[in-house]
Amino acid sequence: MNTAQSRTCAVTGLKVDRNAENLIKVNAVVAVVALLLGVIAAIGILLTRWQAIHLLPPDMYYRFTTLHGLNMLIFFIIFFEMAVLYFAGPVVLNSRLPAPVFGWVAFVLMVVGMVLVNWMVLAGKADVMFTSYPPLKADPIYYLGIILFAVGALIVSLHFFAALVTAKKEKSYTGSVPLVTFGGLTAAIIAVITLLHGALIMVPTFLWSLGLMEMDPQIYRLVFWALGHSSQQINVAAMVSVWYLLAGLTVGGVVLNEKISRVAFVLYILFISMASAHHLLVDPGMGPAWKVWNTSYAMYLAVLASMIHGFTVPASVEYGQRLRGYTKGLFDWIGKAPWGDPGFSGMALSVVIFGFMGGITGVTIGTEQINIIAHNTMRIPGHFHTTVVGGTALAFMAVTYYVLPLIFRKRVAFWWLAKIQPYLFAGGIAVMSMAMIFQGIFGSPRRHWDVTFANAPFSPSLHPAVEIFQALMGIGGMVAAVGVLAFVAIAVVTVFFGKDLADADYQAGGPGLPQGVIKLPKQVHTAAEVQAISRDAGSGTMVLVTIFLAVFALYYFTNWKMLSFLWKIG
Amino acid sequence: MATTTTAPAHHEMHTAVVSPQGVWWRPAHGREKIWVNVAFIWCMILFAMMPLWHMKGGQNPSGVRGKVTPLAFQERVTRFISDYKVGDERGIPIVAPPPGSDVYVLARMWSWSPILKLKKGAEYTMHLSSVDLNHGFNLNPLNINFQVIPGYDYGLKITPNRAGDHFIICNEFCGVGHHLMVGKIIVEE
Repeated sequence: MNTAQSRTCAVTGLKVDRNAENLIKVNAVVAVVALLLGVIAAIGILLTRWQAIHLLPPDMYYRFTTLHGLNMLIFFIIFFEMAVLYFAGPVVLNSRLPAPVFGWVAFVLMVVGMVLVNWMVLAGKADVMFTSYPPLKADPIYYLGIILFAVGALIVSLHFFAALVTAKKEKSYTGSVPLVTFGGLTAAIIAVITLLHGALIMVPTFLWSLGLMEMDPQIYRLVFWALGHSSQQINVAAMVSVWYLLAGLTVGGVVLNEKISRVAFVLYILFISMASAHHLLVDPGMGPAWKVWNTSYAMYLAVLASMIHGFTVPASVEYGQRLRGYTKGLFDWIGKAPWGDPGFSGMALSVVIFGFMGGITGVTIGTEQINIIAHNTMRIPGHFHTTVVGGTALAFMAVTYYVLPLIFRKRVAFWWLAKIQPYLFAGGIAVMSMAMIFQGIFGSPRRHWDVTFANAPFSPSLHPAVEIFQALMGIGGMVAAVGVLAFVAIAVVTVFFGKDLADADYQAGGPGLPQGVIKLPKQVHTAAEVQAISRDAGSGTMVLVTIFLAVFALYYFTNWKMLSFLWKIG
Repeated sequence: MATTTTAPAHHEMHTAVVSPQGVWWRPAHGREKIWVNVAFIWCMILFAMMPLWHMKGGQNPSGVRGKVTPLAFQERVTRFISDYKVGDERGIPIVAPPPGSDVYVLARMWSWSPILKLKKGAEYTMHLSSVDLNHGFNLNPLNINFQVIPGYDYGLKITPNRAGDHFIICNEFCGVGHHLMVGKIIVEE
């Protein structure tokens, strides 16, 4: 292979393919553009739902809600995931991108799709929300934009598979692919499943919007969620891979057991498509047996997978820290963790928010009967802002603090701000999401412009506590928005105006370099080193997961109790 | 905390960016193994709760389900209103059907019709459908939620256990007047 097409990373020693590197850069940059659009919309929505401010008129509120959902949940996240795939394949495997031209074709398709969708939404021709449930109809160009974007993402996924084959054939690594690549592979396989469902629903919907065919609203909801929910599982798989990656880069966190972690990833692939059923639990089209079996993703085996990662990732950090010498007591490894490194703090907060808040609330409201007290209330957006925002988006921000110096080869700008950015964002999102969940528990509807119902024929009043939770949501949300804007400022200034790093600069350190980049922790430990810490290793994590399970059980059974107070329904 | 019962065999350990060499298919040990088992048992409990609630619990989204054309549903609702109408409120008919009967609520942009007058403790089969877009049935202040889909009839067996005024808030986005869509169910002692 031509050496001019790659460079050797001064920190990790990995060979970095130039084409992969450039594609990581452009995909990450567009992801940040989508994030900026999404957060502007978010501020508008937030200050409208906070009834004391009620900023936007109704048509703009609904339009901004559509804009926010699409830019955050689709464009920001998926562009970033494309960058993750270019990293997890060619770069981690010391290999190359087999067909760079496909990378660029896919990128152009995705950008064109994103532009078309945003144009339609901003022009007021697609006020259909992220879900676009027919018979609600958007301009055909809107569906076309979604299709082009999806085709691009499909090409990137297939290209990733090709990169794995190339690496294997050219023997760029020995043994098995690293866990990060395996997680990326999981994400890519789920992406293919997701995008095929996407084609299955968006192509007919496009034809329907042109008047060429019929569309059954229930069938749409069924197939749409095989796209809409499975795409969230791409996020989960990519996020968990990023957790493992950051655990390794920041504190030398080791993989406890390759088999367990990999089997957990495979469980995602096998059972996650069924998760789409939990969007349809109180729909008229399906019966109880279908709902129970599918919503449990075949007896919660995909939940089991997340609970496994929820143990192995913190345990990985614990092992890494103990191997670094922080062996005292149960929690010395937490106290001595590099909390000033945004790569570490962002990862750790992401694990906590995703697990404690997102996981517990999600499994609970995704229970067939409990969904009766959750469906389409504020509990739903409250839940997914802890998974996809406090979890995935935060993990992606955290890894960006390593991508900027390692891939863009720049010092991170505004380093003091970068150090507090994960705390700002995580704190804001946690407060906002909790406040949304509590509004939902009192029945406050999601995607609703006026919960005082001032101009409706009847004006029911929600519980007075809802107003307090609206204010908390508003304050938490604004703090989170400041966190996002800080991230965007750091990323943009670093990429376009940041100081270049020469190979010698990395070890010299200084502001703008995370501690794991200045001195990469040891990545491999001998059996003797492991033996020395093995008596206590994992004991702290065991305490944490025991607390987790207790909170989970309390929340879960409290919800059954709440449900039992209602009218008899059957 | 639980201590490890079997002494695990120690192997080299590496981070997630390192390629594992040789055979890595090894049994889990110690605390990891305990957690995997605990998590699996918890997942089975989560699963068992749903069929159990179908047998023992009072709130299930099962219902009598079927397809219905918007026109047929509209006609059925019109007949229902003319059979049991007892008054009007804000131009919306109030209907007092006998206990045990089939009752109907029709969703359209942006109203719920008719207003139901029900008896506390009596069972009814409440049919929900839409004649245009998807709508969301949210019963205030109890927080009971169901999806309302055009072309589909969702017949839910309900037994009100609380007297007073209840409101139906639409919680599925249905166009720019979505927030104006509020209906009513009156429950009498």
